[in-house]
Amino acid sequence: MGLTLARDAGRAPDAQSPLEIRGLTVTYAEKPAVFSVDARFEPGVMTAIVGPNGAGKSTLLKAALGIVRPVSGQVSAWGAPIDRMRGRIAYVPQRASVDWDFPARVIDVVLMGQYRQLGLLRRVRTRHMEAAFDCLRRVGMDGFAERQIGQLSGGQQQRVFLARALAQGADLYLLDEPFAGVDAATEKAIISVLKELRQQGKTVVAVHHDLSTVPDYFDRVFLINTTRIAEGPVDKVFTQSNLQEAYGGRLATAQMNALG
Amino acid sequence: MMGEEFVALSLPPILIGIFAAVACALPGNFLLLRRQALIGDAISHVVLPGIVGAFLVTGVVAAWPMMIGAGVAALVAVGMIEAIRRLGGIEPGAAMGVVFTTLFAAGVLLLEQSDTSSVHLDVEHALYGNLESLIWLDGLGWGSLLDLAALRGLPPELPRMAITLALVTLLTWIFWRPLKLSTFDEGFARSLGLPVGAIGLGLVIVAAIAAVAAFDAVGSIIVIAMFICPPAAARMMTNRLETQISWSVLFATVSAVLGYVLAGYGPLWLGFDNAVSAAGMIATVSGLILAGAAVFGPCRSRVGASGLAG
Repeated sequence: MGLTLARDAGRAPDAQSPLEIRGLTVTYAEKPAVFSVDARFEPGVMTAIVGPNGAGKSTLLKAALGIVRPVSGQVSAWGAPIDRMRGRIAYVPQRASVDWDFPARVIDVVLMGQYRQLGLLRRVRTRHMEAAFDCLRRVGMDGFAERQIGQLSGGQQQRVFLARALAQGADLYLLDEPFAGVDAATEKAIISVLKELRQQGKTVVAVHHDLSTVPDYFDRVFLINTTRIAEGPVDKVFTQSNLQEAYGGRLATAQMNALG
Repeated sequence: MMGEEFVALSLPPILIGIFAAVACALPGNFLLLRRQALIGDAISHVVLPGIVGAFLVTGVVAAWPMMIGAGVAALVAVGMIEAIRRLGGIEPGAAMGVVFTTLFAAGVLLLEQSDTSSVHLDVEHALYGNLESLIWLDGLGWGSLLDLAALRGLPPELPRMAITLALVTLLTWIFWRPLKLSTFDEGFARSLGLPVGAIGLGLVIVAAIAAVAAFDAVGSIIVIAMFICPPAAARMMTNRLETQISWSVLFATVSAVLGYVLAGYGPLWLGFDNAVSAAGMIATVSGLILAGAAVFGPCRSRVGASGLAG
């Protein structure tokens, strides 16, 4: 860890990496949630952020985006400060982080993804609506545009969130637990959209909790438990010993066996 | 009541009532959705120490020093609420409750200790306002509305409230999208680079401006009621924010008009001699509208609670 820090300290950010994090530390009530983490995410692939509950997976994403304030650390996107690159980054928060009783329809939420194009006062025109409907179609929700968001199932809400991220037209997609509590049909729909994005050369980084699907869904894995454990291609890094290190004694034998 | 008497005696207070009600209801919609509806209550209470403080500093009872004093007190209160919330790590409602009760009590003590008995400055005035007294002696019929000399005699509360409403409406219109976005999904708004903290603070400041301008004309009771009742009733009429805003404006207007008329004429119709407080009646009407919406509104069930894991 210390060696990595020392080596990286003076280096310029990597212009190829859509998201590079250096020395990131976040504390909640004086207890570190993320401690001195370095991460360089590869372009054009899907990376899973994996670790036990409370390991700082979501916090890592939120701090990278400036949603929570880190104690220290630098974040760059394509080699530039992240604030200059926000137009190329889409974010899907945890579904439970918002109040779905909010008075809005599905289409209203998707249009929020076009905030950068619409700005404060530009009128929503046919092309904006068409783009929004197209995003709904990609997640299989085009029949629900007029529905109040509170009337949707959890899986449908998650797909609306993904449609909003698609509407941002970004190059980097950061997703926080996109498969948490969704039905099988939604999981399939979401993963096919994410693979489609990868095919288009986009980068996907997702906080993921289901270890059994990691090898199927993702190309690379980033293991974290407050500090960085390992990062690399799934077949090299997603190993029993690394997982044991990340999860400590908390990983049940049954889960380990399921991984083969 | 459509003749000269109406223009002179009823038109100005009704318009002031409408402007005040709508100016408070507009930011109230967002405060409600952000679970900060109590902040209107808090601001209206801390207005009292603000105006007493302004009187002690300037020695006069005049509109502008008092409004500035009230505005300063509102900002101090907002700062205290934020500080207590962050440092104490407690929920905003509790922080507001602590701050506004304490500051209101301090205002009462300040008022008792200072020599304000000789001037017209009392708790009742701050609570009920003085809507009925805002008459237009130069209003000699509808024609006076085109008479510049007569218009100069309008109660100053009317243009002041009209400007406040225009300002609140303009700001709501301009910042509509960021307000809506950051109210619904703060994390997503931050990921776009929106200044979420500044938007929230701006909303509270606009609410404070509306409250301070309104309390002087119509009293705290209306302010407190209008921040909460019309938006809450409107929420149960629709599942769209845009429509909710329209309903809240309608409900605020109906409360102001109906409340004023009922206060002035209602008791007479029932055989009593005296009119009742217009401010009290307007607030009551808004509460009745809220009750009606809670019973008959088409969108009053919380359907969104399903399927959320903690």
